[in-house]
Order: sequence, then structure tokens, then C-alpha cells
Amino acid sequence: MKRKITLNINGKSYSHEVEPRLLLIHYLRETAGLTGPHIGCETSICGACTVALDGKAVKSCTLFAVQADGREVTTIEGLATDGQLHPVQEAFWNEHALQCGFCTPGMIMTAKQLLERDPQPTEEDIRHGLEGNLCRCTGYQHIVNAVKAAAAKAGA
Amino acid sequence: MATTITKTDTLVGKRIRRREDPRLITGTATYVDDIQMPGMHHACILRSPHGSARIRSINTRPALDRPGVVAVFTGSDIKGVGPVPCGASLPGLRVPAHSVLASDRVYFVGHPVAVVVATDRYVAADALDLIEVDYEPLPAVTDPEKAIAPGAPAVHPEWPDNVAFTYHQEGGDPEKAFQEAEVVVKQRIISQRLIPTAMETRGVVAEYRHAEKNLTLYSSTQIPHLLRTLVAQMLGLAENHLRVVTPEVGGGFGSKLNVYAEEALMGFVAMKIRKPIKWIESRRENFQCTIHGRGHVDYYEVAARRDGTVLGLRLKLIQDLGAYHQLLTPAIPTLSVLMMPGLYKFRNVSADIVGVFTNCVPTDAYRGAGRPEATHGIERMMDVLAAELKMDPAELRLKNFIGNDEFPYQTATGLSYDSGNYAEPLKKALDLVDYHNFRTEQRQAKAAGKLLGIGISTYGEICAFGPSPATPAGGWESATVKIEPTGKVTVMTGASPHGQGEETTFAQIAADELGVPLDDIIVVHGDTAVVQYGIGTFGSRGTAVGGPAVYYALQELKAKIKKFGEMLLDSTDVTLAGGQCVDNRTGKSVSLAQIAGASYRAMKLPPNTEPGMVATYFWEPPNFAFPFGAHIVVSQVDRDTGQVEIQRYVAIDDCGNIINPLLVDGQVHGGVVQGLGQALYEQAVYDDNGQLITGELMDYAIPKANMVPWIESSHTTTPSPVNPLGVKGVGEAGTIGCSPAVVNSVVDALSHLGVRHIDMPLTPEKLWNLVHQGGQA
Repeated sequence: MKRKITLNINGKSYSHEVEPRLLLIHYLRETAGLTGPHIGCETSICGACTVALDGKAVKSCTLFAVQADGREVTTIEGLATDGQLHPVQEAFWNEHALQCGFCTPGMIMTAKQLLERDPQPTEEDIRHGLEGNLCRCTGYQHIVNAVKAAAAKAGA
Repeated sequence: MATTITKTDTLVGKRIRRREDPRLITGTATYVDDIQMPGMHHACILRSPHGSARIRSINTRPALDRPGVVAVFTGSDIKGVGPVPCGASLPGLRVPAHSVLASDRVYFVGHPVAVVVATDRYVAADALDLIEVDYEPLPAVTDPEKAIAPGAPAVHPEWPDNVAFTYHQEGGDPEKAFQEAEVVVKQRIISQRLIPTAMETRGVVAEYRHAEKNLTLYSSTQIPHLLRTLVAQMLGLAENHLRVVTPEVGGGFGSKLNVYAEEALMGFVAMKIRKPIKWIESRRENFQCTIHGRGHVDYYEVAARRDGTVLGLRLKLIQDLGAYHQLLTPAIPTLSVLMMPGLYKFRNVSADIVGVFTNCVPTDAYRGAGRPEATHGIERMMDVLAAELKMDPAELRLKNFIGNDEFPYQTATGLSYDSGNYAEPLKKALDLVDYHNFRTEQRQAKAAGKLLGIGISTYGEICAFGPSPATPAGGWESATVKIEPTGKVTVMTGASPHGQGEETTFAQIAADELGVPLDDIIVVHGDTAVVQYGIGTFGSRGTAVGGPAVYYALQELKAKIKKFGEMLLDSTDVTLAGGQCVDNRTGKSVSLAQIAGASYRAMKLPPNTEPGMVATYFWEPPNFAFPFGAHIVVSQVDRDTGQVEIQRYVAIDDCGNIINPLLVDGQVHGGVVQGLGQALYEQAVYDDNGQLITGELMDYAIPKANMVPWIESSHTTTPSPVNPLGVKGVGEAGTIGCSPAVVNSVVDALSHLGVRHIDMPLTPEKLWNLVHQGGQA
């Protein structure tokens, strides 16, 4: 029953025999040992499990690992390069855009995608773009500030 | 001689970014579900699908036969495990036996019935479906008012009236106040059941070392030490053989201020199978089985004079308790009673609580815990009274506020408000929204058919829980400060922060007191094997009670540092500043590292002084602290859709002195948005059979980024005299202040239709009906 999959995660190749029903989030967290993406709802609502699949933000709790076979995945762990935080990570830190931090990895992945699509979003654009990621701590205001700050820095 | 970098700037009061964040923004923090151990097994829990049912039989054989399943435990296996504890005591309180697994009967949907242990998470989940339970469904009751009506099904057969307790509190002469009143207004007000919805669900990893008889529980909790004491009792384990670790905690909001069946159950399983065990709650379980909040039906009466002077306040409070008492369940509505007079000079009050069992998951502390309900009540009643008297709601409030010269103020409910300046935040908020001109604008808008309203909430809250005699488990907090031989500083706090940022704020306090850079300090918490006994983080107490403990431990340490400084400098005139002791006569200095090193090397000791540089302080607060503030909402109701658009949200909060304004803003924003969730969107709905209809995030609407307004927040500063930092606590303020401001604004928008009150949540359907049926719902 098991199927062999090979995928590239954060620039590194991973290959495993997996059950077809294994969810991508469980593969990332338990097989690949990347516990940055979290499980908050198992139903694609909360976005804590958001990763980039071939450069596009997806919710890895409702994808099977076999669907990622042969593809490229970026998780929060793959964002900082050479010890340098990604500008969105840096902006989340500076603007106090997180409290308990549980939604943060998914939120940052979505914010990064949002800025790639629209480098100068309005507040309304940002709020709309983050609709699929729930945060119970911050009230979103500092997250909006962080996305604005990251955009301003990129545009400067 | 001195080598330490001199720190000249103070850090308390600065917007300093958090020291917690690097691990959280890089995905390298460790939450419970991130823990892996060799040989770790996985547990899944079978739960009741019925609100009330008798269990005729359970057949676990088919599950046990599934390859990979190593054990299944049911109610008959856990007889030795003690009941889930209720920490609150009230006279005559009925406490149902609350075992960790049901045996012959289930009392709510989600009630744990069996636990499956397997080598793999997926196998454990599969095996749940193989357990055969023969239920005999029984009538259920989920509405607290229906539950106390004659003929209702009994939640617990031994108490057919479904009343867990009644509670009466009185102050002054309410009878006389109502007799003499020129006007009396009455209103039924609901504070609906809410689901706390921390983004991280609960989870437990348990590991048992048989040879040492040592059990370690990793749990997503707000109270590691209390959990350790209580779970040790449940398991019959010596407390010093139980270690509780709280790894990163992904939000609590009160829902993890508890001791849950699963925490003891996983300890039991680990001891049985002698392998590490992990249980992670699913979101559906989280909604069905983790405590809910609120759940009030309140009947208010206010007595007043025609000039607006308030005289008396009466409350009949019906509290939906759910099927059991969790840790603090029956105590929560008593906090509503304490807080019911709000910021006003009500000298005559009377309250009656009826605590009611229902076939629902228990209610308990959820952000604000009793105070949002009280604030919603009194702030709605002030508007109801203002409408009756045709008085301006701001003017009515200003007329009845406790005066600045009346503090400490003894309330009719027995509290002593520490300090306040209640008019100032209101005036500031009114200026910010340009209240006077707004009323003109509103008249024009209404004439043009627009449903525009403004709502005021001037809230007060009781926080910094609290003096020990007034709390169920001790209300102090502890801190240890150690300076290592190299001069590096470790602060250990008994409060167990989980997002509030005390790793930063407590380091700010220590940096200022010792005069060392922030980077020389770490703050440790959440491991009972490392940190001295503590109480935890809840009730806006982390900084307001935990902070002073850190402060006083530092004062003890500073005295010791100075003694060593005097010895090393051979001087009696020494000042500790900038991370060094300076001889005021010669200007010579020794660094903190030199002093700490000398204290451990102990070649020579100052008189009557022990080696080492460690101080522990348990701080008992003399009183609660009482933050306050004013929130004003401007909203417009869409006539065609019933949708509420919040055009302005102004929050002026007074939480005393502020240690880190950036973090305080974050607390206010988050608090306000949870209040908005209650006001506009959220409601836990059970059907008459006890099914939780809002059982997933698809059906239970917590606010998303595009559903909330920009919050204009600012502060006034009235230091608390209760503690040396002058802080008051801010974690719950936003939630407490928010909901009445929203509802008052919408009622104001619809007031010309004769609308005087609307119960939360203010759904578009409810408002559309009101608009289109001339104010009748």
C-alpha cells in the first residue's frame, strides 16, 4: 500500500515510503521533523499549517503527502537564509505581530505570498489577504502593521 | 577596575521588541505536539455522541484486535484515578462525581468514554471506530432557564431541580433604594456561551520512569504547579515524583487555567504501558470538551432619581454551568457580582445567582471570567437608564462616577478600589470621536435614512488575582533571581506566561534594577523541576503579581550585592548603579561579575552573609488592582443586509504604569477583538438533544482579519498603590470594555425604532429583522 515519494523541502531532498492517506502536515512534522508548521483545525480554516508548494501558499492539513510528490515545499524553517531573517519575519518581530506564536509560521508564509502578489497592498488588501489565517491573540492590527512595514522596506 | 558595560538608559516604559520572538518566527519553538520521544505511543479518546445517555455495554475487543493497538481503557479500568477537581467552594455547592472516564452514564456530547493507545496516531484514530458502545439515549436539557423550569430532564438524577447552588450577596439597603426610586428600569440581558478557541488545542505528553517512579507531564497549561499538585493527588503519586513542563503554549485565555481529565488520564496510561504517550486534542474535541465561557442569563433592575443619580442595583443571574464543575466553574459568576456596580456609586445592591446544571461542557474562566458579563450588564443598564431619562449617556456616567478623591473606595459588594480617575479616559475618548459634533452628524445621517450610532462603555475590572484569602489556591506569586558566577542573570518566575511577553518585561525590570544589559538576562518559567512553586498566568496577574515578586527578589539581591561591593572595595559608602558597585569616596568600582564571582568563590564573606547570589521572593498582594477605561464605538447598520460596520473604535485604557507599551497595545487589541467576537459573531449553540451545532471553526465564527476595525488605542496613567511597580494588569481589559460599547452603538443606531436592547451576537439576521419589523424582533 505504501508509496514512495520524493520531494524537495527548503532546498533539501527528502524521500520516504508513505501511506497514501498520510497528510502533508504530518509528513512535514513527523517524518521530515519540521515542526514549524502547526495544526490548528484540520479543516483548512485556521491556516496554522500554511506552507508554500511550488511557491504557492497552501494549507498542508488538507493535502496528502503523495500530492506533494516531486514538488518543492517551503516551510517557515526555510525562510531565513544564511542566518538572516526574511523581511517578513523581521517585520513581525519589530511590530509585535505575534503573542503565543502558534499561528505565526502560517501567518508569515501567507503574508510573504501576499507581498509577492501585491508588493504595495492597502490595509484592506492585507486584511483580505490574511482572511484564511486565524489569530486569536493579536486582534490582527500589529500583523497588518508588520505586512505594511515589510512592504515599505521592500519598496524603499 | 570595572569591565562591565555601563547601561545608562532605563528600559521600563520602552517599546522593546520581544525576546520570545526569534524562536516563534523561525518555527523552532517547541509546543506539546512538537515533542517526539523514542517509543512514544499515541492516544485517541472515544467520546459520547449523546447529550445524555446510559451506557449499557462497551465492547473494546474489535479495537484491541486492530494491529498497532496496544491498549484500550474504559471507565472500569480507571477506578483508582481520583476525580477531576473543583477548586471553588460555595456554601451548599452540589459537586457531581467527575471521573476521568464515564462509566455507566454520559452527561454531555464529548464526555470521554474510552481511550485507545496505539503505536501510531492514525491507527489510534481508526481503532476508535471499532469500539462498540451500546447507549440508551435519555432526554437532555441545554438551556439553563429551561433546566430550572418544572418537569425538565434531570442532568444528574440525584438533583432533579438541576440547581448546583444558589448564592446571595447584598450591600446597603436595596429594598429602601427601590422603594424611594423615582425611576426603575429593568432588562433581561444575555451573555452567551462562548468557545475560547486558543489556536493551539490542548495536548499532553506523559513519560513514566518506572525505576524512579517519576512521571513527567508535558501539558499546554497556564498553571504548571497547581496542575502538578492536583494531578499527583488524582494519580495517588507523591507530588515530588511528578514533574510538569509547559512547553510553548499556543494561547489559553483561561481555557488552560484548569485541570482536565486527559491530563491525569495520560499520566495513568504512561504508568500502565510504561512508554511515553501523546494525546493531542482535535479542534472538534477542543470545541466539545475544553471549557466554554460566559453562559449568563441576567435580569437587571436599576433604581434612580429623575436627575440621573443612581440609587440601587438588583441582579438575578442564571449561570449555565454545564454538566460538571471544572476547576473554577461555580466561582466565576461570583466575580460578576463583585464587579456589578462598575465605576458608579451604587450604595445599595442585591444579587442572586442560580448555578444550573445543563447537558453541556462545563463553563469556566474565559478571558475576563465574570467581569465581561458584569460590565456588559451595567454598561447596557446605564444606556437603558439614559434612554428612559432622555439623558445623554456620557453625562449620566460622568454624574455617577466615583470621584477622584474617594479612593480607596469601598464598594457595596465589598471591594476596595485601589485608585482611579474615571472621568479622564471618558473625556479623552469623547474628544477623540468629537462627540458633540458627532451627535449633529448623526441627526443628519438618520434624517437621510442612515442607521448611525455611537456607544460608550466605561468599564472597570478587578484583576491582579489576588490576595490569597480571596482566591481558591493562593494568590501570591514567586520569583527567584540568580546571578551566576560570571555575572549573567537568570530570573525564574512562578507565573507561567504563554504569549504575554514576560520573558521581555521581567528582563526589563531586572535590567533596570541591576543596571545590566538586557542580553545578560534570561527569564525561565513553566517547569516545576526548575522553577520554585508558583501560581500561574491568568486574571491579568502576570505582571501585576508576578512582576512585584521579581522586583522584591531583586531588592534582596541588591542588598547582598552591596554588601559584597563594600567588602571588595573596603568601603562603607558604596552605590550600586550601572551594573557595578562604586566607592563614592574614591570612585573605584567592582563589576557585578566580579562581585558574583567573589560570592561563589567565597574566599572571604561579608559579616552574616552566605555565599552565592540567589534570592527568592514570594509576594502576597495586599489587594486586587482595578484598571479602568473608556471605549467608544461608532457604527452603522446596513439597512439592506443588517451588517454592522464599525467606523471608529476608540479605546482609552488605564492599566497603571506601563512597562512595555508595545506589549500593552498588543494585549488591548487582542482583548478588544475577542470582545468584538462576542458582540458580533460568536455563540456556542447546542440543540435540545445536546449536540454542539457550532462544533467546528466553519460554524463558530471567531473574528478574521477582515472582520475587525482599526483600533485607536491610547492610555491614561493612574498608578496602582497596591504594588511597587504601580501596574494594574491589562490582559482582559480590552475584552471587558468592548462588548457593551458595540451593542450600545447599535442600539443607538436603531433607537428611533424603539429598540432599547439587543442580545449578542448582533448577527445581520437579527438586525435586519429589527429594522424591517419596526424594532420588533
